[in-house]
Amino acid sequence: MGKTIAEKIFDSHLIDNPHGDMHIIRLDAVFCHEITTPMAINDLLQRGKDKVFDPDKIKVVIDHVSPAKDSKTAQQGKILRDWTRRHQIPDFFDIGRNGVCHALFPEKGFVRPGFTITMGDSHTCTYGAFGVFSPGVGTTDTEVAILKGICAFRYPKTIKIDISGRLKAGVFAKDVILHIIGQIGVNGATDKVIEFAGPVVDEMDMAARMTLCNMAVEAGGTCGICYPDMHTVDYLWPYIQAEYSSKEAALAAFQPLASDPDADYEAVITIDVSELSPMVTHGNQPDRVKPVEEMQGTVVDQVYIGSCTNGRIEDLQAAASALGKNKISPRVRAILSPATPETYQKALDQGLIKIFMDAGFCVTNPTCGACLGMSNGVLAEGEVCASTTNRNFNGRMGKGGRIHLMSPATAAATAVAGHIANSSLYRKDK
Amino acid sequence: MKSFNGKVLFLDRSDINTDEIIPAKYLTEISKEALKPHLLEDLSLEEFDPQTDHADKNVILSRSNFGCGSSREHAPWALEVNDINLVIAASFARIFRQNMYNNGMMAMELPPETIDRLFSSFSGAETTLETNLHEQVFIFRTADREECVSFDLSGFDRELVEAGGWVEYADSKY
Ligand code: SF4
Repeated sequence: MGKTIAEKIFDSHLIDNPHGDMHIIRLDAVFCHEITTPMAINDLLQRGKDKVFDPDKIKVVIDHVSPAKDSKTAQQGKILRDWTRRHQIPDFFDIGRNGVCHALFPEKGFVRPGFTITMGDSHTCTYGAFGVFSPGVGTTDTEVAILKGICAFRYPKTIKIDISGRLKAGVFAKDVILHIIGQIGVNGATDKVIEFAGPVVDEMDMAARMTLCNMAVEAGGTCGICYPDMHTVDYLWPYIQAEYSSKEAALAAFQPLASDPDADYEAVITIDVSELSPMVTHGNQPDRVKPVEEMQGTVVDQVYIGSCTNGRIEDLQAAASALGKNKISPRVRAILSPATPETYQKALDQGLIKIFMDAGFCVTNPTCGACLGMSNGVLAEGEVCASTTNRNFNGRMGKGGRIHLMSPATAAATAVAGHIANSSLYRKDK
Repeated sequence: MKSFNGKVLFLDRSDINTDEIIPAKYLTEISKEALKPHLLEDLSLEEFDPQTDHADKNVILSRSNFGCGSSREHAPWALEVNDINLVIAASFARIFRQNMYNNGMMAMELPPETIDRLFSSFSGAETTLETNLHEQVFIFRTADREECVSFDLSGFDRELVEAGGWVEYADSKY
């Protein structure tokens, strides 16, 4: 029997099987942010175990509330800052160099096909785009990961989603993943890895694959995962060129990770996306999805473009083309938060920031901020937000606020219309 | 070891997420105690009053996919500081479940039919639960009724419960 990509990675990192289905694996990297790690640091201090397993394998960012908005968030940042100094952790991204973790860490070259990575953040599953086994974990798991470089998991079972067909113009990875979550439900992949494969995924760039894998957890998935290919090599090339004689050599090293043809899956789901139209959520679970056409006209108060799902340069490009020279509706306020400083810089260089600002967008620094209702765009009771983020839970962006999840292009078109609307990039008949 | 006995709170809904258990705005707290007044503050459940309804409860009974969403361990901590160490549900989100055991707490899955039956026989009545870890049975009691339900605690989860969590266990073993 062959193995899935998740099984291959898992097996090569296995260090113990203490009981039944629980396995202890070695971690190649441990990522940390200021919301879930400070409690782990404090607990280690209290236990007299203020140590780290390997300062070079721990990567740290302040991203959720940045710059600090009050003394409590300032304190969280300080705990992280002091800790990275104390343990001489070289890769610490403080204000000015910081961005949304799951966009920043790949951009810094910290992920590799075949890696195991954990972080105290449910969207750690994003790195699966690179062929990484990267489940989100809690604070105690982070604490042990920091101390020992290990984590416990059940043996990974996989659901394969084979995506075929050809996406219409104006239909994006976000629409595909919303559609998939709508099909399998918020509980559809609980405790399972979602493997994304097929010709549509093969054609996707890394940004699109990150959007797919990012939302695996919204279907309950342990993580999403894609096979490494030339797109992966191209993206990582600046960071790996010293290790491989050529891109082909790197590809040859990564390709054996792909699932074997006779691998065993929990389920294989085949979807054809040729007829898929832009999607949007309604209600307050991410599996409540409808085509934008059916929600057309739903009035919104705020539009938010950003986050680890859709705050990358490719997302800003799509949103800017959907905006064109239009201005946002006077009844709407619109916020753009480029996910990282590099994205922000590129957007400036490419003239995108000007397009957003001319349209009437407020452009904020890179931060999670409004995505989890922390800062920079919290909703008031009864307000509606069109958002490129990943969770439409009740109260997520502010108590009593309602969220509709959509692609950056749809969000931009919605900002212009003042109500949910398809972008002009979408061609129904082609 | 923590206590897994006490009065039962019935949360008759699936997919209760960690934003509902403890909203993100309290994630800036760096002590568990500070979470105490905010447990279940944003829960969407008709007639549920977060100010009063969980006050004297120690066990939660709920439906499927309990604890989905954010990985925040503040969710189990908010339960813990309110003396709720046990959640029984038809299924759990992976991270929430692991977070519970990592803190020496319990997240126990029972078959959906059993959960249905427990809801129909006990919700609405003042119910207490006694956990016998050794025999692996829960005993549900009201003034005039009693029902025993067996459960299956895996070897690993038992060790975490007995060790008081994953840090102690991992540090002594690896
Ligand atoms: S952008 Fe939103 S979903 Fe992503 S890591 Fe930040 S808070 Fe979490």
